[in-house]
Amino acid sequence: MRIAFFSDIHGNREALDACLAHAERQRVDRMVFMGDLVGYGADPVYVVERVAREMEKGAVALLGNHDQAAALGQSDGMNEYARAAIEWTHQALDAASIDVIKTLPMSVTDEDRLYVHSEASSPHSWSYITDAQTAERSLRSTGARITLCGHVHRPQLYHMSPSKPPVFFLPQSSTPIPLMGNRKWLAVLGAVGQPRDQNPAAAYAILDTTLNEITYLRAAYNIEKAASKIHAAGLPQMLAARLFIGR
Amino acid sequence: MARQTLEVGSTIDGFLVGEKIHTGGMATLWRVTRPDIDTPIVMKVPTILEGDDPTVIVGFEMEMMILPRLVGKHVPKFYGIGDFARQPYVVMEYIQGYSLFSLIEKAPLPADEVAKIGVKVATALVDLHRQNVLHLDIKPSNIMIRDSGEAALIDFGLSRHLFLPDLLEEEFRVPMGTGPYIAPEQVMKNRSEPRSDIYSLGVLLYYLATNVRPFGLPQAQGQLKKRLWRDPVPPRKLVPNMPPWLQEAILRCLEVDPDDRYDTAAQLAFDLSHPDQIKLTARSQKLQRDSLPTSWKRWLKSKGSDSGPRQPRPQQTNLAPIIMVAVDFSDGQEALTEELRVNVKRVLATMPGVRIACVNVLKLNRLTITFTLDEEGRSIHVQRLVELKEWARPLGLDQERVTFHVLEHMDPAEALIEFASSNHVDQVVIGARASSTLRRFLGSVSSQVVARAGCTVTVVRAPRAIAEAEAEDEKMIDTG
Repeated sequence: MRIAFFSDIHGNREALDACLAHAERQRVDRMVFMGDLVGYGADPVYVVERVAREMEKGAVALLGNHDQAAALGQSDGMNEYARAAIEWTHQALDAASIDVIKTLPMSVTDEDRLYVHSEASSPHSWSYITDAQTAERSLRSTGARITLCGHVHRPQLYHMSPSKPPVFFLPQSSTPIPLMGNRKWLAVLGAVGQPRDQNPAAAYAILDTTLNEITYLRAAYNIEKAASKIHAAGLPQMLAARLFIGR
Repeated sequence: MARQTLEVGSTIDGFLVGEKIHTGGMATLWRVTRPDIDTPIVMKVPTILEGDDPTVIVGFEMEMMILPRLVGKHVPKFYGIGDFARQPYVVMEYIQGYSLFSLIEKAPLPADEVAKIGVKVATALVDLHRQNVLHLDIKPSNIMIRDSGEAALIDFGLSRHLFLPDLLEEEFRVPMGTGPYIAPEQVMKNRSEPRSDIYSLGVLLYYLATNVRPFGLPQAQGQLKKRLWRDPVPPRKLVPNMPPWLQEAILRCLEVDPDDRYDTAAQLAFDLSHPDQIKLTARSQKLQRDSLPTSWKRWLKSKGSDSGPRQPRPQQTNLAPIIMVAVDFSDGQEALTEELRVNVKRVLATMPGVRIACVNVLKLNRLTITFTLDEEGRSIHVQRLVELKEWARPLGLDQERVTFHVLEHMDPAEALIEFASSNHVDQVVIGARASSTLRRFLGSVSSQVVARAGCTVTVVRAPRAIAEAEAEDEKMIDTG
């Protein structure tokens, strides 16, 4: 089975559509939306509706910190840009979208895999995985052979054998990586709607459970259009500018 | 880990187990068969020692990761892997031929045989490196020579795929490799350097040519480091009749700094295929090891170089390609050869590591097949070489970066395509003569090269050729 993972869409309609179209050409059997559907971008309702439609067809979707904050209208502890975006998004979301968000789970276990938006040892803390130490905390907290998460907006891959600390690997786009069976794997996905690895193209990944391979992928999308909508919505300019440079 | 017992007559995933043909420290080899596979195949099973030695297991994981991704005649063909949870194994082609290990007892071998083996192994490395895999354990017992003559590399337990996680990196308390053959940067725990394989091949060629291991048989880690500062005895000191070009090539492979070695395995294969074109430097003349103060300086420098693992850099072949330029000296082609030179200049400006092979075809016809044996033939051949050198002179290339070849052949396109393929040429630059109806009808040399060469081909036209072709088309219409 080929499963596509989309994380951190952040209300970016153009990026989501580009990834979904790209994934369709890769013969995907299932979709998993890894949280942070909204926040930052100008099309939160479109994104939630689109994800809800896919959920009706069997897709899985998780809750992200921005989804939770936008649904509740609570942006405590966020930086000024995120806070401005959450306040705007909270106003923009309709009741139906909020209902969808409220049903989203924190994590999902699927065979030997765990899906969670942020660091798995304490999903409600919304911690980031940025190095081998934080990866180890996540990997040690679960019995799953493969953990997939997002939240950081930068693609990373960690592998850990039973008696050793995890090792970081920077995945190359479009290269299938075998997830050898004798160790645990933590795949941190790049962001669909707001990449921060200095590559502005929308990021997602496909896991082939038969071949036991994960492939990190990039899809080009109309950044100008997504950015101009952010401007038109009166959201902070910086949220549009960063899309062009992927930071 | 649960294990099935492997014995003659048992079946695993459809593979029927036959006799055990090899028991090694790391793995055992069994002959196996499967009804749908009609070539001889073997199953390699890791030897799991008491306590499950992690290096053995991880090395086996690496092989299971890398071998299924490799193709071509320079590696064993892959047929299947077994899951670690049940019974780990790799099934691959049984290579029919002989191991280079068996040649060791015949050493010292004559220079031309050493070069021939060097070309075979370097060619296998070109193929491997183009697939983004570094072998990192090149030694005689890991190289098979097929009955068909090509070298095939085996045992990818220490290998590295540049685009996949390096599972061995975590085992990094000790350098991984084979003592006599390991490259200095591998001793310093860098597993991302394609030129490490060139170093190990240099050790192998040294050994075959002299029957002496250049760095002995080091027993301890401290002894491995010695190669970072103490250079080997120049092979010509051991084998006085060794030609200087072979010492030049071997010692260049054995340079401590990878930047001082051949940039690519393709360049090494190229040099060993054309010994007369190897640029001889002070290396070729050395008969003594470097002085102690020089070694002392290197020793001091090596102290600060414990770099450890690093991310791979962009593929070498992109930075140091071999470009073949086909130059035609027929009358009336002056504008075209000039345009060809302009194009080569552009390439040189963007790729400082590039090597240029200037090629001209001396066309033979069936009646004059013995042409080159007579006086006139030889003088024409020499004249063409002189013209090639004159053509390249304005490019101002160092001798190390340019070579000259006059190919004698009845079919110029065939000659060019063969040369490009056997010399691992990355790109061909060729001129297209002014288009004519006849040439379009018969198929020009350049169009045949474009259609059949296995690499990038750039076709250059003289600026006036286009206008002339249009004029000729109009003429055809008038008279037609």
